[in-house]
Order: sequence, then structure tokens, then C-alpha cells
Amino acid sequence: MLHYDFMRTAFAAATIVAIVAGPIGYFLVLRGQTFAGHALAHVGFTGATGAILIGFSPLAGLVCLTVAAGIAMGFLGERLAQRDVAIGIILALALGLGLLFLHFFTAFATKATALLFGNVLAVDAGTVWILLFMGVVSLATLAVISRPLLFVSIQPELAVAKGVPARALSIAFLAIVALATAECAQIVGVLLVFALMIGPAATAQRLTKNIASGLGLAALLALADAWLGLTLAFYTDWPTSFWIAALSAAGYFLAILPWAHWLPRRAAMGVGTGKSLAPKALAPGDSRPAS
Amino acid sequence: MNALEFTNVTVELAGRAVLADVSFAIRDREFVGVLGPNGSGKTTLFRAALGIVPIAHGSIRVLGAPAIRGNSSIGYMPQVRSNVDTLRLSGWDFVAVVVNGHRFGLPYLGKDGRKEVDWALDMVGARELAKRPLAETSGGERQRLLLAQALIGRPKLLFLDEPLISLDPNHQRAVVQLTKNLQTELRISVLFSSHELNPLLGALDRVLYLGHGHAALGTVDEVITSPVLSRLYGSPIEVVRIGSRIFVMSGEHDVELENHRHEHEGHEHHHAPL
Repeated sequence: MLHYDFMRTAFAAATIVAIVAGPIGYFLVLRGQTFAGHALAHVGFTGATGAILIGFSPLAGLVCLTVAAGIAMGFLGERLAQRDVAIGIILALALGLGLLFLHFFTAFATKATALLFGNVLAVDAGTVWILLFMGVVSLATLAVISRPLLFVSIQPELAVAKGVPARALSIAFLAIVALATAECAQIVGVLLVFALMIGPAATAQRLTKNIASGLGLAALLALADAWLGLTLAFYTDWPTSFWIAALSAAGYFLAILPWAHWLPRRAAMGVGTGKSLAPKALAPGDSRPAS
Repeated sequence: MNALEFTNVTVELAGRAVLADVSFAIRDREFVGVLGPNGSGKTTLFRAALGIVPIAHGSIRVLGAPAIRGNSSIGYMPQVRSNVDTLRLSGWDFVAVVVNGHRFGLPYLGKDGRKEVDWALDMVGARELAKRPLAETSGGERQRLLLAQALIGRPKLLFLDEPLISLDPNHQRAVVQLTKNLQTELRISVLFSSHELNPLLGALDRVLYLGHGHAALGTVDEVITSPVLSRLYGSPIEVVRIGSRIFVMSGEHDVELENHRHEHEGHEHHHAPL
């Protein structure tokens, strides 16, 4: 399959996007902002269709509008980013507007399908370079802000007290998410960004309780979904996006089944049992009775 | 040198003076219980001293220096947030994010950083339970991990915001005793806010009672009296002692019990937007 040019390009694009989507998705899940990420993709649909309508590249429109929306969301604060109803309404409005823009455009059906559900096999070599550039920018930015971002995501009040600029980090992070969303949309389309960005990250979070391995695992799982998806699509002739969505869902549900974390959990419980049965037990050095 | 000094401090939130012209001085190595009805400004007091909430008037000094945000000499344990229960991270990672957490870069700890995390976990006796995911810890265990977070950076002053909330009496006693031990061993000052006075009675040096924008600082015998509390609550308060326990009553009701119930009903409202 790799002697076809379009397959090699598709694998290159999918590899870049998966490595970017996994770690960024991990932070989104950690921060409870997955729905915000989903909505950003829909705003991207408006951007892409709007760009087509006025004669620009859909990717440019997608990137510009998602990044603008991400920054706006960051400014409005974390409280709004977690408010499902407002986000849902904006999401619907964005899709509606996208539909309107496409209505004025003649090649309606093919464009709409490609944008909504992705068409990774149609990605050209030039786009791969753009994806690589965007991927490097978003991962490099994430690397720079990752430590304070982690702190403020896990313990916001304490982080603010220690001088972490929570608002600025929130804005920067959502801008990165917007870039990653635009990347994912090239592979799986705006409707299925969840499959590549959130699915592997949420699965990773179920499978490991360590942050560093969680970030790595999220990238690996996204990569596995993308590569397997492309391979299965090549041999079955079914859409790549379907396979990626199916693999992502399968991975997640396997991970949340009781037996999936039964082993590691039992091992950990065994170690901690002594403490949890004796809540009054204090530090080894503190020998005084608790009452 | 005083650990914490408020001089004529006024803090206004949404046009209301939560603290009005409040002055007090907490001495070094003191264990102070911060008490008062719901909305009396216990959290606001901490946040003002941490430099998160601006003050309208007056001045705050922390260990002799003006209060600024990012003061590494204060350890802070905020009220428990709901999202902590769902985190699948290990307790160790939960504490580790605090180490140099304000600095940019990758969250790589290094040997010293890992030692610091182990030290903080040892101090609260949580080294073993820190191996488990947070989602699988009990309320009391989570409080110990939060205490360990507060100890990162070796602070000289600890602010603990309602650590006893939603704990049963046994766990409450354990948390108070653990805090007292930490305070003696590390020779630090502690401000411990609570709805209830009784669990703190054995550990306290003094009480800082807040109400209606005012504050009274003194020993239990000086502050927990009918005249002082009636002034702070703005209504007649009776203090009833049964054995070693003290009940603060308004008419027929136990005021602390009432507070506790309201606190649970309105729990969401306490997480102010950042």
C-alpha cells in the first residue's frame, strides 16, 4: 500500500496530526474542556466554508477562525469554556453558518463531506508541510507552558496564589487547541475531531495514573488509531474517518471496562490498604495518638 | 516578627465590605483557628493575604513583608474542589505539579524536586497512599495530599481553608492532630479555618472570629463569649459549655451546625471564578 504516493502522503499527515493531537487532548481531558475543543472544530467549519466562498484556501479559513475563537473563549474565562449550553448553541450556529456559506457555493456536496468528515487521502504534499509547521508550533508552545498549565489545571486556586498567570495560560492553551483542531480536521473532518484528539487522550488517562506516561500514551494511541485506520481503509475501501472513529471508541470502551484497570488497581490497593483501613494513622514520625 | 499582620484592612467584593477596617496580628509559630459564619470572609481573608484579592484600604504584612501574590513563604490549602475526585492521577503526581509549578518549561522534576515531593508526603504520612489514583482515595486521605501540596516550598505560614468540611469526627480529629504536629515539628504558624470550634479546641493557641466585616482575635476564653459573638453576629448569641465542648447558640439553634448545613447547600457558590 505504501508504494502509492497518496498513501505515503496520507500516512505522513496522519502521523504529524496524531502526535500533536494526543498530548493536547490529554490536557483538554485533564481540564474538563473537551466539549470546548469539539465546539472549536465546528467554528472551523464556518471558517473553512467562508474562506471557500470568498476565494481563499479552506485550511486558512479554518485555522484563522478556530484560533480566533479559541482566544476569545480563553478571554471569556474558564467558567464559560465549561458551560455546555452556551458552547452547544455556538456550535450549532457555526454549523448553520457553514451550511449557509456552502449554499452559495456550487460544488456543495463534495466540499461539505470533505470538511465535515475529512478526506485524508486527498491531502497533498504542500498541506503536509503546513501541518508539520503548525504541529511544531503548537507542540513547542505547549512544551513551554506545560508546567504552569498542569499546575493551574489540577489545582487552580493554589496555582493562582503561587503567581501562575491563569488567564494568560488559558488563552494560550485554547489557541494551541484551535491549531490542533484545525490539524485534526484535515484528517477526520470537523465532526470527528473528538475521535483523534479526545478518544486516545481519555483512554490514556484511564490506563495510567502518571502524567508523563499519560502524555506519551495519548500520542501513541492516536498514532495507532491513525495508522490502523488508514491501513484498514486501504484494504476495505471504507472511509478512513470511520475506521479512526471506530478504533478510538473501541480503545476507550476497552479501557473503561472493569477488567481493563482491574490489575493495576488491585496492585495499588494492596499497597495502600493498611493506611486506608486506619484513617487516624499519622506520619511515621508522629507517634502521638490522634484523639 | 509577626507571622501575619492586618492593619485597618478593608476588602470589598461586589460593592460589599467583606472585611471592614480589620486589624489583628498573628504571632510567629501560632496555631490560630479562623472561625465565623458563612460569608464572614474567612476565604477572603486568606485570599487577601495571598495577594489574589485586592484590598481597598489598609495594609497586610506577611512575615514582616508586604503581601504579594506568589509569596513562597505561605503554604495554602484551598477548599476541596469537586474535580479532584475524578482525577485519575496518582497522589504523587498531584503533589508533584506544585514543585516549581509557576515556572515555564516541561514539568520535569529532577532529583531535588522528587525528594521534595517525597518529603512533603512523608510529613503527612501519605507516601503509600500517594501511589493510588486520586479518584480512589477517601476524603481524609485527600486532605492529607492537599496538606502535602501546601507544604511544597517549605512555607513558614500555612493557610488551611476548611479542611474539616465533609469529614466525619474521627477524620476531623486526625486532620487537626496532623496539622498540630506539623506546626510544632516545622515551627511554623497555622491559620486553620473551620465552621466548628470543638474539633480545634485541643490544638488552638488563639481564635480569630469573623462576622459582619469585623474580627476578634484572642484566646478561646476571651473571644468565645456572649458579648463578643453577639457583636460579630449582630444578634444575641449564647455560649453554652458542656464538659469540654462549647456550643454557640442563637436562640434555640446551634449556629455552627446551621452554618455547616448552608455550606453544603451552597457549596458550588464558593468556587469564585478566577
